[in-house]
Amino acid sequence: MTWSLFQLLLQASLMTIFVSAISICAGLAIAVVLSALRMSGNRLAYAGAGLFISFFRGVPLLVQLLLIFNLLPVIGITLPSLATAIIGLSLCTAAYQAENLRGGFEGVPIGLIESAEMAGFSRMQAFVYIRTPIALRLTFPALVNEAILILKSSSLVSVVGLVELTKMAQNLSASTYQPLPIFASAGLIYLVINLIVALAARRAEAALPGLPAK
Amino acid sequence: MSFDFAVILAKGPQILAGLGVTILIWVVGTALAVALGFVVATARRFGGPLVNAVLAVPVEVLRGTPFLVQIFLLYFGGPYIGLRLDPVTAGLLGLSVYGAAYYSEIFRAGYQSVPPGHVEAAECVGLSRGQTILFILLPEMALLVLPPSLNMSVILLKDTALLSLITVPEMTMTVSAIGSQQYAFVESIVVLALVYWGLVELANWLGRFTERKISKLSVT
Repeated sequence: MTWSLFQLLLQASLMTIFVSAISICAGLAIAVVLSALRMSGNRLAYAGAGLFISFFRGVPLLVQLLLIFNLLPVIGITLPSLATAIIGLSLCTAAYQAENLRGGFEGVPIGLIESAEMAGFSRMQAFVYIRTPIALRLTFPALVNEAILILKSSSLVSVVGLVELTKMAQNLSASTYQPLPIFASAGLIYLVINLIVALAARRAEAALPGLPAK
Repeated sequence: MSFDFAVILAKGPQILAGLGVTILIWVVGTALAVALGFVVATARRFGGPLVNAVLAVPVEVLRGTPFLVQIFLLYFGGPYIGLRLDPVTAGLLGLSVYGAAYYSEIFRAGYQSVPPGHVEAAECVGLSRGQTILFILLPEMALLVLPPSLNMSVILLKDTALLSLITVPEMTMTVSAIGSQQYAFVESIVVLALVYWGLVELANWLGRFTERKISKLSVT
C-alpha cells in the first residue's frame, strides 16, 4: 500500500461524494413531489406515489441498479454510467426521504396551516411556503441519516461501471493483489467522510432556526 | 423490443433454490446479529467505561463503512491473514457482524430507556445481574426495541443481495446467472425485483402484525 495508491482512492472518493450529493438533492426534490402527490387528495396520485415508495423501499438497491442499467438500453435510452448511477440512487433515496417527510408533514402544527388559510393562502401556497419548509426543518436529522446511508450505498454503483471509491478499490486490489490494505483504506475514507458529514450536520442543526411550538 | 418471461419462469426450481439460500442466510444471519448485538450492548451497559469505550470503536467502524467494502475486505482480504472462508460462510459472518453493530445500538437505546431506579430496585430485592436483565430490563425495553429490530431485519434481508458480489449462490446471483444464460437480462431482473418486493412487503406485514400483538401485552 503506497501513497500513490491511496491518492488514487482519495481521487475516486471525490466521485463518491459527487454522486451522493447530487442524488441526495435530487432525491429530496422527488420526495417533496411524492409527498405532495400523497397529500393531494387525488386517489390515483396517492396510490401512484404509494406504489413508487413501496417498490423502491422494497427492492434491494443493487437490484434496482441492475434493473435500470439493463432496462434503459432495451427501451432505447443509452446513458453514461454516471447518469445511470445518479438516477438509481436518486429514485431509491427519494422513496426513503418521502417516508421521512411523511412524519415531518404530520408534525406541522395544524394551527399554522389554518392560519395560512385564513391569510388567504391557496392550498398550493400553504404547501410551498408553510408546510414544506417546516416539514424539512423537522426532518433535518433524518435527512442527515439518509445522506450517510446514501454515501455508503453509493458503493453499489460500482456494478453499473462507475469508478468511484469502491470500484477503484476493487480495480487496485485486482491489479496489486493487496486487497487487505486497499479495502481497509477505502473503508477508512468512507468512515472519515461520514464523520465529517455527521459533524457538519450537528453544526448546521445548531445554526438552523428552532422548531415551531406544537 | 419483446420480453419473454417464460424462459425465466421455466427456471422456477433454480429460482426457488436461490430464494431458499437468501431466506436461510437472512434468518440465520439476523438471529446471529441479534444475539451478538445483545451481547455487545449488555457488555457496554454493565462492563464499565473502558469496555464501553473499546466496544464503541468496532460498532462505529461497522456503522460508518459500506457493507460491500466490509464483505470485500473479509472475502478477498481474509485469505491474506489466513482467513480462507467459502462464500456462504463469509457472507453469513459478514452479515451477522455488520447487523450486530446496528442491533447493539438498538439494544443500547433499549437499556437507556429503562429508568435506573428499576435496576436499583431489582438489586435491592436481591435479583442477580442475569435475573435483572432477564426479568426487568428485557421485558421493559421489549416494546421499544421491537419496531427498530424488525426494521433492521428487513434492511438485512435487502442487504443479502450484496452477497451475490462475493459469489454466494443466493437469489440475486442465481437469477442474474439465469438471465445471462438465457440472454434475458431485463426479464430476469424484473422477476428478481418482484420477488424481493413481495418478500419485503410480506416481512413488513408480519412485522406490523407482531407489533400489534405484542403492544396489546403492554401493561403500562
